[in-house]
Amino acid sequence: MAERVVVTGLGVVAPNANGAGAFARALREGKSGIRFHPHLRDCGLACQVGGIPEGVKELSVEYFSEEELLASNEQTACASIAAIDAWKDAGLARPTADSDQVDWDTGAIIGTGCGAMDVVAERVVPLVNAGQARRLGSTMEQAFISANSARVAGLLALGNQVSTNSSACSTGNEAVVEAFVRIREGRAQRMLAGGSEGYSKYAWAGADAMKVLCRKHNDEPEKASRPMSATAGGFVPAGGAGILLLESLSLARTRGARIYAEVLGGYVNCGGHRMGGTMSAPNPEGVRRCIRAAVAMAGVRPEEIDAINGHLTATFADPLEIESWSVALGLPPSKMPLIHATKSLIGHALGAAGGIECVASVLELDQGFVHGSLNCEDLHPALAAYADRIPHTTVRLPDMKVIAKASFGFGDVNACIVFRKFEN
Amino acid sequence: MDQKEVFEKVVAILRPFAKNKDALANVAPETAIQKDLKVNSARLVDIVLEIEEIFGIQVKDEEAEKVRTVGDAVSLVLRQKASA
Repeated sequence: MAERVVVTGLGVVAPNANGAGAFARALREGKSGIRFHPHLRDCGLACQVGGIPEGVKELSVEYFSEEELLASNEQTACASIAAIDAWKDAGLARPTADSDQVDWDTGAIIGTGCGAMDVVAERVVPLVNAGQARRLGSTMEQAFISANSARVAGLLALGNQVSTNSSACSTGNEAVVEAFVRIREGRAQRMLAGGSEGYSKYAWAGADAMKVLCRKHNDEPEKASRPMSATAGGFVPAGGAGILLLESLSLARTRGARIYAEVLGGYVNCGGHRMGGTMSAPNPEGVRRCIRAAVAMAGVRPEEIDAINGHLTATFADPLEIESWSVALGLPPSKMPLIHATKSLIGHALGAAGGIECVASVLELDQGFVHGSLNCEDLHPALAAYADRIPHTTVRLPDMKVIAKASFGFGDVNACIVFRKFEN
Repeated sequence: MDQKEVFEKVVAILRPFAKNKDALANVAPETAIQKDLKVNSARLVDIVLEIEEIFGIQVKDEEAEKVRTVGDAVSLVLRQKASA
């Protein structure tokens, strides 16, 4: 029989707060983490706002030894802090560096969208081009795409599957689905799952050049991230990490762990760049199949879903996404769950977005609220029928039982997860 | 630069890389860099770069590979300084 899988720990480094408790408060209060960043202006980016987590260096010094801080960069630092927080939040003790004990039943899938682009741009390219390749030392350790999961494995002596997935904006969600399936199949007892992304101007410059970033609100940063708005003009780039500790229900019960939520179902697919899908546009049929498969696996009726934490980035795709939810769930606009966009508060953290937004969804379920979506007072006309399903301020929902979280990404890829409040 | 001075500088270079702080506190020429100080093998190339920079010397790969103890590193530095 398949193992039931529950969430027992949460860790988050986000542009508007660090740590699950502070993040839950920031969500409830509608606190924006979007700021103007002069270095983006100085590099000639049209989008000069972004969601950069604050205090990561200070937290790193607090959390890690001098040796552990060596060969660290933005994304591995965020991944490490969020993983340690999720671990401790689950009531687990951090192993000491001198112990040879390996936790063979716990692994990690911690993805990234862009990898260590800062390290490549600031160290690898300049040194190699200057004929100084030898001076790279151990730099490559940070530039491996798997640096996030590899770093966390060493900190926590993990002995099960340790890997870094990458599927652009659906990365974090995909990691949670894959980790969930692994525990369900009995291949692991516990998995740290989510995503981590740096905030390199080099990665953001690439997106800026594709003209997919918001460029009209540099003088009012908190208004820049506008999912579902008629004046949405592209997404606001962000970084950080969101990591969940998933655990088999049997182990969680044995050790008396606090249970935040149960993972009921999840699915990952691709639209194949057909039927309207392209590298940067979703095939609606792929999106709908993904949602339907996750909900079917969860064994819940669409009417039982209380809230949708959407992908909703503030591009042309937002109305298409909501239409796809409605079609996939077979619910008319008036019967839809509450729909909201965490990106309106923190921007789009790319490979970390799914992880951070899964943490948000689980916190909302646990504490009984749906946070409001900022900056969509001027709702997109195509969403008029959904107007009363899209809260602008936080709604208390103490009886909330089920929340669905989806991420859709570059490459026409999709990942959807259904969480439920834990019931015996 | 005498042996004592080089030893102290080598230890200062090794300090952030050493996971075993007890061994570091009792460091002696015969202390093994990986086995006793528990320096991560991936960091050895970074330590060589630091030694080159601090002492203004060039360390050949085949010489760096022979270094096992703190004393070996000190001898290597003194040899290089003498032949420079």
